[in-house]
Order: sequence, then C-alpha cells, then structure tokens
Amino acid sequence: MSRFTDWLWRFLRYHRPALVGTVLVMAVVLTAVVGPVVLSYEPDDVFSRFAETGSKHLLGTDSQGYDLLTRMVYGARTTLAIALVSMSMSLCLGSLIGAVSGFAGGKTDLLLMRGVDIAMSFPGFLLAMVAVAILGPKLENVIVAVGLVGAPMFARQVRAEVLRVGSAEYVTAARSQGFGPSRTLFLHVMPNSLSPIIVLGTLGMGSAILDVAGLAFLGLGGDPYRIPEWGLILTQGWDQRPDANLQVAVAGLAIFVTVLGFNLLGDGLKDELDPRTRRR
Amino acid sequence: MLAYIVRRLGLSALLLAVVVAATFMLHHALPGDPAAAVLGKQYTQEAAHEMRERLGLNDPIPTQFVRYVGRVASGDLGRSHVSNELVTEELKRALPATIELALTALLIATLVGVTLGVLTALRPRTWWDVAGLTAALAGVSLPIFWLGFLALQAFGESGVMADVLGVRGLPLGGRFSPAAYSLGQFVNETPAATGFFLWDTLFVAGDTQVFLHVLKHLFLPAIVLASVPMAVIARITRASMGDALLQDYVRTARAKGLRARTVVLKHALRNASIPIVTSIGTQLGYLIGGAVLTETIFQWPGMGTYVVDSIRALDVKPLQACVLVVAVGFVIVNLLVDISYAWLDPRVSTAGGAE
Repeated sequence: MSRFTDWLWRFLRYHRPALVGTVLVMAVVLTAVVGPVVLSYEPDDVFSRFAETGSKHLLGTDSQGYDLLTRMVYGARTTLAIALVSMSMSLCLGSLIGAVSGFAGGKTDLLLMRGVDIAMSFPGFLLAMVAVAILGPKLENVIVAVGLVGAPMFARQVRAEVLRVGSAEYVTAARSQGFGPSRTLFLHVMPNSLSPIIVLGTLGMGSAILDVAGLAFLGLGGDPYRIPEWGLILTQGWDQRPDANLQVAVAGLAIFVTVLGFNLLGDGLKDELDPRTRRR
Repeated sequence: MLAYIVRRLGLSALLLAVVVAATFMLHHALPGDPAAAVLGKQYTQEAAHEMRERLGLNDPIPTQFVRYVGRVASGDLGRSHVSNELVTEELKRALPATIELALTALLIATLVGVTLGVLTALRPRTWWDVAGLTAALAGVSLPIFWLGFLALQAFGESGVMADVLGVRGLPLGGRFSPAAYSLGQFVNETPAATGFFLWDTLFVAGDTQVFLHVLKHLFLPAIVLASVPMAVIARITRASMGDALLQDYVRTARAKGLRARTVVLKHALRNASIPIVTSIGTQLGYLIGGAVLTETIFQWPGMGTYVVDSIRALDVKPLQACVLVVAVGFVIVNLLVDISYAWLDPRVSTAGGAE
C-alpha cells in the first residue's frame, strides 16, 4: 500500500492537471456522499417556483418549486451512479469481446473486430439515440444505450492488450529469470494491461455523463425520476427560459466541472501509465 | 494504390450492407404498430388490417426485406407519417442545412485547432502550452447544449454582450429570419439554388445583404458546434507536431539554414499531418452527433432536428432515411480520409498491399 501512496504522491505532485482533476472529482464524489447530510431540505420539498436566491434558498428554487441546491446535490448521486453503471457496462461488455477476440484469433477475431469497426465508424451519440428510440425513453434504457455505445472502444483496447502483453519480451524475461507465474502475472502482466483500461474507464465516465445529459436534453432522458440527473435538471430549466436561466447555468456548470475533472485525471493517468510518454 | 482503394471500397460496401439491413430491422424494432401510426385517429381494427396489407407488413420478412432494398436502391424512401410528405423532399431541405453548418464548423475547428496546436507545440512546457492544453481539455468537457445556452445569453439578441457593447446581438435561431426574407421560397422557385444558403445568396442571387444575414444566423451555431472538434484537433496537432519537431530531419532542415517557417510548415507539419487528418475525419462523426444537440438549441432545420422529431414521433421512414444518409456520408468521408493517407504518406498504400 505504501508503494501505491508513494506513487500517487509523486504522480499528483508532478502532474498539476491531474491534481486539479483529482480535486474536482473528489469534490463531486464528496458532495454526492456527504452533501445531503448538510442540507436543510429534502429533495422533494416543494416551495414556490423560481424563488429568488438568498439565505433561504442559496441557489433559489427551480422550475418545479424544488430547492435548486438540494436537487443539485442529490442529483450528483444520480449523475455519478448512472455514469458509473453505464461505463461499467461498456467496460465489461467491451472487455469480454476484446478478450475473446484476442485469445481466439482467426475468424472469430476477424468477425468481432469487423463488428467493432462498423459500430465505431458510426456516430455514437446517434446510435445511442436510435437505441433509446427502440428500447423506449426510460432511464434504464438510456443507461443501456450509453453503455452499449461505449463498449467497442474498450473491446479494441482490451484486444490490443491481450495480444501485446501475451507476447511481450518482459514476460518471457521475467519467466526466464525464474519468477513464479503469480509474480509474473501480478507484477508484469497485470499492471501493463490494466493501465489503458483504467485510463479509458476514467475518460469513459466523462463521456457517459455527457451522453446521458445530451439524451435528456433531447427529451430521451425518460421519466423524471424522483431525483433527476443533472442533464434532466438542465433540460427542465431550458424549457422554462428565461425564468430558469440560473437552473440551466448551474446544472451545466456542474456537468462541465465534473466531466473536466474526469478528463484531466484520465489524461494525466494516460501520460503517467503509458511508458512512451512518461517523464523522468 | 489501386488495390488499396479497392479494398477500402469493399469494406465500405460491407458497412453499407450492414446499415441497410439494420435500418430495415428498425421498422420492426421500433415500438408501436406502423399501421396504427399511419392511420392515427382513423384507427379501427379493420382499417389497421387493411393498412397492414397495403403496407405489405403481412408478407414474409425476407420478401419485405427484398422490397425494402429495392425501394432504397431506387431512391424511394417513403413518406413521413407525421407530415405526409415524401422523405426525399424533406431531406432535400434538411441535408444542405446540416452540411452547411457542419462544414462551417469543421472549417473553424480545423483552422483554429491546427493553429493552436502548432503554436503550443513550438513553445513546449511554457505558459502557452499549458493554457492551450487546458483550453483544449475544457473544450471536450463542455456539454455542447450548455455552451449554446451561454453563447445565446452572451451574444444573442438582448444578450449580456449586446448590452455592454451597445450592438444588436446575433439571432437566436433558425437559418434566416422569415420576417425579413423568404429564402425557403426562393430555393423552391429557383432551379439553380442548392439549399446551401451561403452559396445561394452569394452566387445565385448575388445579394450580399442577404448573405450577411444568413452568415449572422450561421455564426453562433457553427462556433458552438466547432468547440469539441477544435479541442480534439488542437490536442492531436500538439502531440503530433511535438513529435515531429524532435525528429532528425527537422534538425537537419534547421541546420541547412532554412527559414523557421519553412521548417515548421513544410517539414514538420507535413510529416505530422496524418494523425491530424485522421482526427479531422473522425471529428465529422462527432459533428453529426453534436449537430443534433446544436440544431435543437438553435432551431436549425437540419438533419439533427429531423432525427429528433422522427424519434419523438416514432416516425419510421424519416428515421431510416436519416440513418442511411448519415451512414453514406460516413462511408464517403472515411474513404476520403483513407485515400488522403495514401497521398500524404506513400508508404500506406504499399504497406496495405502487403498485408
């Protein structure tokens, strides 16, 4: 563990953008986890609509009469949860396809990778829209659609990793030095094949948040759940312009800051974990 | 070179075949009964049965598929249930609107992105570099509809900047103001008109006043749509140029005493251009997705709004047509990008042939 903290410390110290990203992501996660404890209202307490900002409502009330700050803080939970589930879906499905493709080789590989090529050569967002249209505009379906659309990228990466690591010289070298299989696996194979996936996963969180919000903006976000994610909060404000301008501004800013955080972090990790671009 | 292009063509044909099959399945995959959608309020059991018979929905699936392929091949894309207009007619209006918007955005994105990338690559690890890269990362993190909202708040009619600068703001939406001009009618009545309003107003009508009017409407949506591709292109250019500038041939060129500009533009940029061209090509895909959101914000009557409207109304024919058109556009763009590789780097075509 101390080796990890050492690494983390060095990474964040030499990687200012990644440090900023980490701070942003941590802030959002912290808000989502402990924020509700600090708040004085429940997310379904109804007041008059479009109340002014002030000591009673720090950000005013929204187009439906809810306290905007409360909705945003609870919305952070929904937003992060949705993005995490979607991204994990992409990761699992993509890894499965990629691993099978890489291990099997031959015709299976060719067939799967052609499929991945075709899926990737079509605009993902449009694909997600059509998927939601087929499945029906429900939150579950939005998650599935965004998850499906993100999968091919993981598939390609995992396949490349399987092919690369399996035949890497350092694996052979480690074995021939007499290291046991578990040491080779955990210290040589795993770290080298995991890092691109971690990077993709981090960046994938950002794009999942954006895609879900975009679908919500088009009215495909599905039923307004008890606590909507930020994209839907933004959209509800957008429909009530100009009275709800603040609502649009705040929700958009939250999305932007969160996605920026994930992107900064992912980008820093990419630089750090990719031996070709690593400094020092 | 020829073999390379032929193989690319084969792959494109495969992609198109998959898309045609997928759009056919869309007809059956979408929720709701197509016959009921056509009938609307006149729905009765008998009428629905009759309509299903007339639409050929009772035939075996393979028969329907063959008929569908035949129709698509002959350019018959059916009618919209909602407007009862021919889809091809609606596409004729929507497609130029989107192409005009997307190409303008791509032009802005490429010019600004490449310039930004080259400038930051020339000053590595300086304040410039950090600022440029941060801006680029911010660019890809922006929810585009939020950026559109902010742009409207700032530069739109009665926006913040309009108050500050005392100028009339930019229009809030649409391709032109129907109160001022009737460009739709003009395009309909003029055979030479293309539906690309910039072109039509400047070259067909020759009216600079209307041209500026159209340009004003195009400005904000194009900038908003350009934001993400611009950021991506800038990042790729920065990385690719950064590598190229460290190469021996650049040092040699400098040592020969060539002007700095020649070294940067002719030696480094040319060699760094393949990833840049790829990213410009792939950004076109993004532009089509982003266009959906941008068009919704700015009420731009293009493919984006057309797709959204047909999805909301579960209008199958326009949706099929849109997916097909986007796919064809994609195939063409990808082909152009692939061919441009071979032109930029002759090794590609030979290496590809040996594969």
